[in-house]
Amino acid sequence: MVGIVSYGAYVPLYRLERKLIAEAWGGGAPAGEKAVANDDEDSLTMGVEAAFDCLGNGEEHKIDAVFFASTTPPYREKQSASILASVLDVGEEALTIDFGNSLRAGTNAIMAAMSFIAGQPGKKVLVIVSDLRVPAPNSEMELLVGDGAAAFLLGDSELGVTLDGSYTTTSEFLDIWRRDDERYYRTWEDRFILQRGYFEVMSRGISGLMKKYELEAGNFAKAVIYAPDLRRSTEIARQMGFDPKTQLPPPLFDSMGNTGSAFVPMMLVAALEEAKAGDRLLLANYGDGCDALVLTVGERIDGLRDRRGIKRHLASKAMLANYAKYARFRLLMDLGVTLIPRVTSYLPITWRDRKQIYGLYGHKCRRCGTVQYPMQRICTQCQAKDDFDTIKLPRKGTLFTFSMSERAEVADPPWVNCIIDIEGGGRIPLGMTDRGSHEVEVGMPLEFTFRNLHAGSGYNNYFWKCRPIRA
Amino acid sequence: MESIANKVAIVGMGCTQFGELWDKDPFDLVVDATYLAFEDAGVGPKDIQAAWVGTQFSANSGLSIAMPLQLQYIPISRVENNCATGIDALRNAAFAVAAKAYDLVLVVGFEKYKDRGYAGTTVGGLPSDHYHPVQRYRPGGAGGPSGYALSATRYFAKYGLSPEQGKTVLAKISVKSHYNGSRNPRAHLRREITLEQALNAPMIAWPLGLFDCCGTSDGAAAAIICRPEDANSFRKDWVTFKGFGISVGAGQGDVTTEYDYTHWEETTRASQQAYQQAGITNPRKQLSMIECHDCFSIAELIAIESMAVSELGKGWQDVEAGTFTQEGEIPVNLSGGLKSFGHPVGASGCRETYEIYKQLQGKAELPSRQLENVDMGLVHNQGGGPGAFQCGVAILGRP
Repeated sequence: MVGIVSYGAYVPLYRLERKLIAEAWGGGAPAGEKAVANDDEDSLTMGVEAAFDCLGNGEEHKIDAVFFASTTPPYREKQSASILASVLDVGEEALTIDFGNSLRAGTNAIMAAMSFIAGQPGKKVLVIVSDLRVPAPNSEMELLVGDGAAAFLLGDSELGVTLDGSYTTTSEFLDIWRRDDERYYRTWEDRFILQRGYFEVMSRGISGLMKKYELEAGNFAKAVIYAPDLRRSTEIARQMGFDPKTQLPPPLFDSMGNTGSAFVPMMLVAALEEAKAGDRLLLANYGDGCDALVLTVGERIDGLRDRRGIKRHLASKAMLANYAKYARFRLLMDLGVTLIPRVTSYLPITWRDRKQIYGLYGHKCRRCGTVQYPMQRICTQCQAKDDFDTIKLPRKGTLFTFSMSERAEVADPPWVNCIIDIEGGGRIPLGMTDRGSHEVEVGMPLEFTFRNLHAGSGYNNYFWKCRPIRA
Repeated sequence: MESIANKVAIVGMGCTQFGELWDKDPFDLVVDATYLAFEDAGVGPKDIQAAWVGTQFSANSGLSIAMPLQLQYIPISRVENNCATGIDALRNAAFAVAAKAYDLVLVVGFEKYKDRGYAGTTVGGLPSDHYHPVQRYRPGGAGGPSGYALSATRYFAKYGLSPEQGKTVLAKISVKSHYNGSRNPRAHLRREITLEQALNAPMIAWPLGLFDCCGTSDGAAAAIICRPEDANSFRKDWVTFKGFGISVGAGQGDVTTEYDYTHWEETTRASQQAYQQAGITNPRKQLSMIECHDCFSIAELIAIESMAVSELGKGWQDVEAGTFTQEGEIPVNLSGGLKSFGHPVGASGCRETYEIYKQLQGKAELPSRQLENVDMGLVHNQGGGPGAFQCGVAILGRP
C-alpha cells in the first residue's frame, strides 16, 4: 500500500488585497487577498520551502526520487528537480523528473510516484508541487491567482495517509493554455469552458472513481476538489452529492488565491491538518482531464501536525501597500534600463562551490573545532591547513550587525545587509528578505530561506537569504 | 628590520583640483599633477629615473603615465592595493630610493572615477579578492556604504549610543570636515553644512545618510622623491618620511565570530608599524595632524580609535569635545578629507600627503587653514570594508 509519509506546504509572506487590484484598474472590489511571492522567489524556491516543511522534523529520510510539478518552472529547459535534489541532499542516484504543463501536474506526479513505489517496494518519492502563475494584468484571473507550494513524501511504510486507489480520465479540451512564446495564459469564455470542460470532466472523473471503488459521497469525510473559484467549488460539490458546508475543507480562495497546479495539493494539506484517523478523503484534480484519488487518514496523522503547513503560513503575513508593489515584484512592466542590474556570474565558480551554495555545507576544523563558512583551506582560528570536517550548517542564527541600503537596486528596498552568527558556530553575511513590518535589531533571531539571488550571466544564481522567523 | 625614518625626502609635490572633471581625461590629470610637482621641485621629465603609478581601475600598467608624460623607457610600476594604493605607491618608491636603486623618482596617484557613469562605487567585478557572485553578492548600488554601516550599527549597540545619539556624533564629524573643505580651493565640495542638514539628509545605508558618505570624484597628485643627502639641491624646506605601514588582513570578519566590527585590526597594525619607525609612543601627543580616510563618517571615528589616538569606545566623546577640529588637540582632516575631496582611489594617498607636505612647509593656500607648530603628520588610507581591510599609513615630518 502506497501513501503519504509526511507532508508540508508553503505560502509566501506577502499578501495583496483584492480591493487594491480593483483600485488599480477600476471595477468592483471583491473581498479577500491573494498570496504574492517575493521578487526573489520562484516555483523552485517555494518548492524548497514546502519540502523543508515536509521533511524538517529531524527524521532522516532516504529519498529515492524527486518529482517536481509546476506549470511555471523557472527554466523551460533545465530540470528543477535536479536542483531540488541537490539542495535537499538527496544523492546522485535519485530519479529526478519535472512534471508540467497542466494544472493536473501535481497529481500526475503523485500517481507516477505511486507506480514507482509499487514497482520498487521500499522506495520513497518526494513530490513537490509549486506554482507562481502570472495572470495577464487587468484580467479577471489577476484577482484569483495566488502563489504557493506543497510537498509530499510518499512511500509504502510508516504511512500517515494511505492512497487507496485512483481513477484518471484524460481530456483534449482546450480551456487554459499558454503557448511556448507567451507570457500570460489564455482562456475562453467562462460559460463554455466551465460547462463543457470543467464540470463535464470533473463529473466524469469523480463518478468514475466512485464507481470503480463502489463508494458514494457520503462515504467521504472531506472532498478536496479543484475549482477555479468559490462559487464553482460549491457547485461541483453539490453536483457530486457532497455537502459544501461539512464536506469541503476550509476554502483558501480569499486567503491565498488559486495556486494553479499547487492548489489541490495545498488544499489537501489544509484538509490533513484538520483530519482525524479513519477519515476517508476524496481528491479530484483538474487540468487536461481529471485525476481522482481515495485516501484514508491513519493513526500516525497526529504525529504529523507539527509543521507550518497551510494554517501557520497563512497566519504569518504582511500586506503589500499597493498594486504597484505587486507589479514590481512580478516585473509586469519594463523598468528603466539603468535600473536593471547587469550582474556577472561565473559558472565554474558556482558549480565548484555547489555544496556550499545549495547544501549550505561549511567546515569544522578538526584541530580547534571552529565552524567556518565559506569553506577555506586554512582555518580562520588556528591556521591548520586542510584539516576539516565538512558539516551541514543549521539554517538559522542571530543577527550580529546590519545596515540598510536605500540605494541598492532591489525590488523591496531598503536592502538589509546582515552579518549573522550561525547557530552552533560560524558566521555568514546574507541579505534579508521578507522583512514584512519587522523592526530589524541587533540580536534578533533569523532563519535562512532559499532564494534566487540574481540571474547573473543569464542563469539563476540561487543562494540563501535570511528573514525574521515566520510562524 | 630597519626604519625608513629620515632615509627618504619629498622635494616636490603637485595636486590637481578634485571634482567632477568632465573636461579632463586620465592623461590630463597625470600631466597636470606631475608638472605641478616638477615645477615645485625644479626638475623635468628627463631627471626622473623611475616611477610608480597608483591607480585602482583607471589604468593597468606603467604605460598610463609613460604615455602622457612621454617618459623615456624608464622603469615604471603600477601599484594597486584598493584604497591603500596611494600610500603603497609612495612606499614602494621610498624603498627603491632608500636602497639606492634610484636617486630621483616620481610617484603619481590618479583616478578618473566619473567617466564610468555610476553615482557610487563599483560593486563586484573580477571573481577575486573578497568577491563571490553568490556568497558575497551585493546588489548594484549597495557597495561601500552597506559595508561600513555594519560597523556603525555595531558601534552604537556596543557603546550604548541610541541611533539618534550615534547619528549626531557622526554628523559632527562631517560638519567639521565640510567646514575645513570650504576653505580649501582644491576641494570638490566647498560648502559648509549644519548639523541639522546632516541629520536630516536622505538615508544611504542606515545609519549612514548622504552627508556621512564621501562622493566619487576625479583627481590626481604627484610627488618627487630622493634621498636626504641630495634634497637640499632642490629646496631647503623638504620633508621626510618618518614611517610607513601597510597591513592587509586575512578578510575573516564575516567568517569568524571573534571579529567585533568596532575596531579595525589592519588599521591598528599599519599605524603601529609606522609609529615604531617614527619613534611615536603617544600618537595623540606626538602627531600634529592626521589626514584620515573618511570615506564615511564612521570610518574616521573608528580609524582614530584603531590608531590609538582615541581610546576604543571613547572616540565619540572626543568628537563631542571638538578634539579633532582645527582648534582642537589634534586636527583630523584639516584639508577637508575625503568628505570634501571625494575619493579618486589612486589619488587620495598622495593628496593627503600633499596636505601634510604643505602644512609642514607653512604653505597652506589660505592662511586661515595653516596650523602652527606642525612637527609630524599622519596619512591614512584603507580599502575594502570592515572585516577585510587593506590599510596604509605614512608619517611625514621635518628632517
